[in-house]
Amino acid sequence: MTAEAVRVHRRKLVNNVMLGATGVCAAGIVGVLLFILAFLLIKGAASLDLNFFTQLPKPPGELGGGLANAIVGSAKILGLATLFGVPIGFLGGVYLAEYGSRGFSFAVRYTTDLLNGVPSIVIGVFAYTLIVMRAKHFSAFAGGVALGIMMIPISVRSTEEFLRAVPVGLREGALALGTPKWRMLLTVVIPAARDGILTGVMLNLARVAGETAPLLFTSLGNAFWSPGINSPTATLPETIFHYSQSADPDWNRQAWAGGFVLLMLILATNVIARVIVTRGRPKGIR
Amino acid sequence: MSGPATAAPRAMPRKARTPERYSGVRAFAQRRLVGDDVARALVGLAAIAIIAITVMIVVELWTNSELARHKFGWGFIMGKVWDPNADTFGVLPYAYGTIVTSVLALLIAVPIGVGAAIFLSELAPPRVSDALTFAIELLAAVPSVIYGFIGIFVLLPFLKAYIVPPLRAALGWTPLFTGPYYGPSMFSAAVVLAIMTLPFIVSVSRQVLLAVPHEQREGALALGATRWETTWKVVVPFARRGIIGSVFLALARALGETMAVTMVIGNSPQIKASLLAPGYSIAAVIANEFSEATTDLYKHALIESALVLFAVTIIFNGLARLLVAGGSRQAPAQ
Repeated sequence: MTAEAVRVHRRKLVNNVMLGATGVCAAGIVGVLLFILAFLLIKGAASLDLNFFTQLPKPPGELGGGLANAIVGSAKILGLATLFGVPIGFLGGVYLAEYGSRGFSFAVRYTTDLLNGVPSIVIGVFAYTLIVMRAKHFSAFAGGVALGIMMIPISVRSTEEFLRAVPVGLREGALALGTPKWRMLLTVVIPAARDGILTGVMLNLARVAGETAPLLFTSLGNAFWSPGINSPTATLPETIFHYSQSADPDWNRQAWAGGFVLLMLILATNVIARVIVTRGRPKGIR
Repeated sequence: MSGPATAAPRAMPRKARTPERYSGVRAFAQRRLVGDDVARALVGLAAIAIIAITVMIVVELWTNSELARHKFGWGFIMGKVWDPNADTFGVLPYAYGTIVTSVLALLIAVPIGVGAAIFLSELAPPRVSDALTFAIELLAAVPSVIYGFIGIFVLLPFLKAYIVPPLRAALGWTPLFTGPYYGPSMFSAAVVLAIMTLPFIVSVSRQVLLAVPHEQREGALALGATRWETTWKVVVPFARRGIIGSVFLALARALGETMAVTMVIGNSPQIKASLLAPGYSIAAVIANEFSEATTDLYKHALIESALVLFAVTIIFNGLARLLVAGGSRQAPAQ
């Protein structure tokens, strides 16, 4: 009897300890996030000044200067990436959701997954061999293509997912009125899925905005303004990387500021996207 | 996936080919078919483009690593010397660093990640669970360059002061924790990678745990099992495949991770048993040396390294997909 009581007691103890431990794990991970945020917030916000947004970098050793060119460069390359990656991904997603045939759809879906798993540095090497090596110079264009390729898989997935979520009744209604399929897609299905698809694009941008590896030898970097899309271009992540490797404390300071700005933009995009998706969840008819 | 649910609406416009004798109707049908053909061609082309791009990655990496492949053959993978001046390239020290850091990272991350996933799926109320999961998934959105950056300025000093001394005291008798620790090392890289892979492990494991039918839990509880026994002996084994899949997914991520590793691994190509010694990884050597590679052979050797990395990550991703898809219906969108 007592042996039984001891056993029950031990089982309860194990239960409490292990369940408590899982809670500690979850709290620990969230703690790491809060820690990163707090640290960047404190160090980054203190390092931030107006010059950061308006001025060009100064040579090492000189105080001051900013990363205006890197901010513009990042925006430029992200724009190019969106122009390249999102249309392909979107149309590919439409294919999978609306037109796919069994065999080929499987191939497309499988390749999309593969492409999503390709390390970003490998995409960078690919963009280098494809564009930089042939053009014989680094360019914002090559960087845009590299990031664009990285945007394709998520674009495909989110488009497909949100198109599939559009109720069949909407499609049938449109088809019953004699609408051809392509018009039905264009005027009924895609507008119904619009919020979701746009959110997907936002999250996609947030993901590639911080990518550094594919830019190291495509857009390279630049200490000055870079006109057009055919010259080496500075970007925020790449500048943070180089500035954090530097021994110059003022460059380190600016790396903190850059990290802070980049992370805030990315997290804000994620939170906004989340709000849009959860708010628009019970939808179908707009 | 493209099951019967979508087959019905897809078949409709095809059937609408109308009798020939009604010219108006025929014109209408033709108009519709032209529009549909254009739409089909457009989206089909995009689908083909996705496959073409992926194939092109393989072809470009293959053709542009020709010199290195011909000169070294399989010796490239087993070669221990990487000396651009002597035109000798062996990727083994880098592969060693890549594998050691990734595996160690998972040894750290898997218990913590699965523990957190158990908490989120089995214990936490749905609202709390959703909020915490979102917070953890935000960790996945933090760019790797920022992880590396925080690694350099915060984590390395922290590890040096609080983690490494007790580790050395406890495990210093093994070859794994000997020698000096300056900060940048395989151990530091593994800790950063562990933090970076946690979100993937947690969110995929949580999904597959949530997909375990309630009857499984109720059955165990009704037999008198405690909450923990139910979780550990019934729910987790049920979701095992999916959890292993999430581990492979995280492994593929860790193997290909570049910036954070480059910034904290120490960048020294050596094969040392001690985890506290600096190392190097395949991704890091490409990042550091690619734009400085002067000779064609050097460049081709780096591109072949990229090819090796590509092949390895593809294998682990493929395994992960198989396991996760087999374990539960919800494949991860990541």
